[in-house]
Amino acid sequence: MPNAAYLIIVLVPLLPLLGFVILGLFGRKVVKNYSGGLGTALVFFSTCIAMWVGYDYFATGAGPDGAYHAFKVLNIHWLSFGPGFSIDMDLLVDPISVMMAVVVSFISLMVHIFSLGYMKGEQRYGTYYAYLGLFTFSMLGLVLSANIFEMYIFWELVGCSSYLLIGFYYDRPSAVAAAKKAFVVTRFADLGFLIGILILSFQTKTLGFGELIQMLGPGGQSIADGLGVPGARGVFLGFPVVSWGLALIFVGGAGKSALFPLHVWLPDAMEGPTPVSALIHAATMVVAGVYLVARLYILYANAVDVSQLILYVGVFSAFLAALIACTQSDIKRILAYSTMSQIGYMMFALGTGSSGNTSGYTASMFHLFTHAFFKALLFLCAGVIIHRVHSNEMKDMGGLRKQLPLTHVCFLIACLAISGIPPFSGFFSKEEILSAAWQTNKFVYGLGLFTSGLTAFYMFRLYFSVFWRRAPGIATSHHGATQLNHGAIAPNHGATAAHHGSTPLSMRLPLVILAVCTVFTGFIPFSHYITFDGRPGETVGPGLNAIPPVATALLGIGMAAWLYKKENSRPQQAAEAFRGLYSFARHKFYIDEVYLFVTKKIIFNGIGRPAAWIDKHIVDGLMNGLAKGTAAVSASIKGFQSGKVQDYAWFFFIGIAGLTVLFIYIYT
Amino acid sequence: MNQVPLIHILFVSTALFFIGMYGLFTRRNMIMMLMSVELILNSVNINFVAFNKYLYPEKLEGVFFTLFIIAIAAAEAAVAIAIIINLYRNLRSIDVETADEMKF
Repeated sequence: MPNAAYLIIVLVPLLPLLGFVILGLFGRKVVKNYSGGLGTALVFFSTCIAMWVGYDYFATGAGPDGAYHAFKVLNIHWLSFGPGFSIDMDLLVDPISVMMAVVVSFISLMVHIFSLGYMKGEQRYGTYYAYLGLFTFSMLGLVLSANIFEMYIFWELVGCSSYLLIGFYYDRPSAVAAAKKAFVVTRFADLGFLIGILILSFQTKTLGFGELIQMLGPGGQSIADGLGVPGARGVFLGFPVVSWGLALIFVGGAGKSALFPLHVWLPDAMEGPTPVSALIHAATMVVAGVYLVARLYILYANAVDVSQLILYVGVFSAFLAALIACTQSDIKRILAYSTMSQIGYMMFALGTGSSGNTSGYTASMFHLFTHAFFKALLFLCAGVIIHRVHSNEMKDMGGLRKQLPLTHVCFLIACLAISGIPPFSGFFSKEEILSAAWQTNKFVYGLGLFTSGLTAFYMFRLYFSVFWRRAPGIATSHHGATQLNHGAIAPNHGATAAHHGSTPLSMRLPLVILAVCTVFTGFIPFSHYITFDGRPGETVGPGLNAIPPVATALLGIGMAAWLYKKENSRPQQAAEAFRGLYSFARHKFYIDEVYLFVTKKIIFNGIGRPAAWIDKHIVDGLMNGLAKGTAAVSASIKGFQSGKVQDYAWFFFIGIAGLTVLFIYIYT
Repeated sequence: MNQVPLIHILFVSTALFFIGMYGLFTRRNMIMMLMSVELILNSVNINFVAFNKYLYPEKLEGVFFTLFIIAIAAAEAAVAIAIIINLYRNLRSIDVETADEMKF
């Protein structure tokens, strides 16, 4: 039912789109120098509207029964396939879409502001802001979609803008390769998503989320059931067809959310500008898969097999990524793996629903919410550090706490939040996830707990390596070569500091805002607003079950401090002691190599090369043969065309004589 | 009056025709070729007149055709000589072998 009260939410995605159009058309010349300000202003208005709608919805939107209902705003038949079946362009206003709209527009605003300083003087400044606008539009469209096909369209748009932004520095071969990899891997997963959509819509003859849940959910009856279409809701390879559809949709989500084994693109995606990593590859786009599963949560909770799949894929991704993150040395890659790990948390929280315990839904959305803030904060801090040090490698950093005091504090807050130390936001959400896991599956709980300890360890390994480890005031040169003389201040220190100057306000402001959010968002009574059925749940404060996660996190921090706070040989010794595991994890468990083996050796050799041979020799050969035959025949008979009049007269005469003989022979 | 038999006249015209043909194929000089064409046309004229006279004496179509052919032959000679003059201006020759620009 269209609801005019929330119609203004249409502007939330449309304003960034306007920015994209203006900056895309005129950003290179006419408004080049104002493009940052223009883009930021549009996203600012968009954020204000999103927040206003969010406030309005959560303050007054609850129905008479106290539940938050879903409203369909805007109802446009976009592609009509016949009576009763069309692809629509609707906007859905319900608790999670409003929450996501606020988060996405807010993080996008922060990144826009941060980029004003970070990307200043960049050659393609206007283009950058145009791409950011396109991304913001697509992501907001994705979260506000009211039907699964509309979501798929925005899903691909998001993938496209992610591709553009990863490959923003297109003169670097590594960035081009990373963009291509991200596009191909997610595209591969999206194939699963599309097939899943087709299966589900075949079952129900509808695409809307509400109708899908109603028909396929508990007590629902799909149209295929009613018509008695043979095999429509049957069993395929031992699993119900609907489960196959849901599992394939989950594959799409897993690709976008970088879950094992489709995570390979995310670490490479860090080739893009750092604010982009903060926006797309940490806070917003990569949680699209989680959001998708959450949208169809009731269906997943009813399909036990798929729930189990989600549970184990999620927890395994979380664990694997945490292990890899412990051994990496590139600051952005560590953050990328930590993103993958945290998304694994959100995903397995959604997988806990099959046992009738729905607290995982709220926990997952809560973690998504808090994670967006602290992970964006971490990436923006990393942006400041990289801006200062001109290197991504941890070995070029160290002792930065005096040079970047504000960044130091913000980074520390974010690290504490991601490690789950109270009272920072990550503590609350992670604790909820772990307690949901405890009620469902003890093994998953154990692995999640261990991963949370690992998270604390690798985050503080990063923190100590960047901000402590060395005496403060040791500047690093432009090329990242480190001045190792601890005693004397490096001679070029003054010059370097003067050159870099202080971090501009536009880069400091988002850090402060996000740090404040990171500290306080944990206190939002989330379960009051967001539950799977819209009814406010009771708010359970963290109780005794909060002790194990905090204890493991503290243990991890302690380990990290012992190993990395001062420059010493303990990390090397630890790496030696676990040499096998260490080198295995350092090479990311050779998953990239396995992919390369499968694609290059098996697919290229087994399918690609034979197909190319057939194309080259048989398909092309047929056409080439035809052309060559024609050419050969004409070459052999072109001698008749001698240009000599008497030859032509001869042919003419011989022809006539022949005809004469023929006619005489016939008529007599 | 002792008439010449038709068959004799046809022999003459056939001989004339093949002399013309021979000239057309063997002469390299374009003026000579034009003259050969005139021989061929005149052999046809003889045929027309002979058939008219011997087979259909009461009609005049063969004679009229002959007059037409003479007129056309005159026109054709004018055109052909114009072409030959143009070719001569371009090639400095009226040898038919040199005018072979239209080959493959």
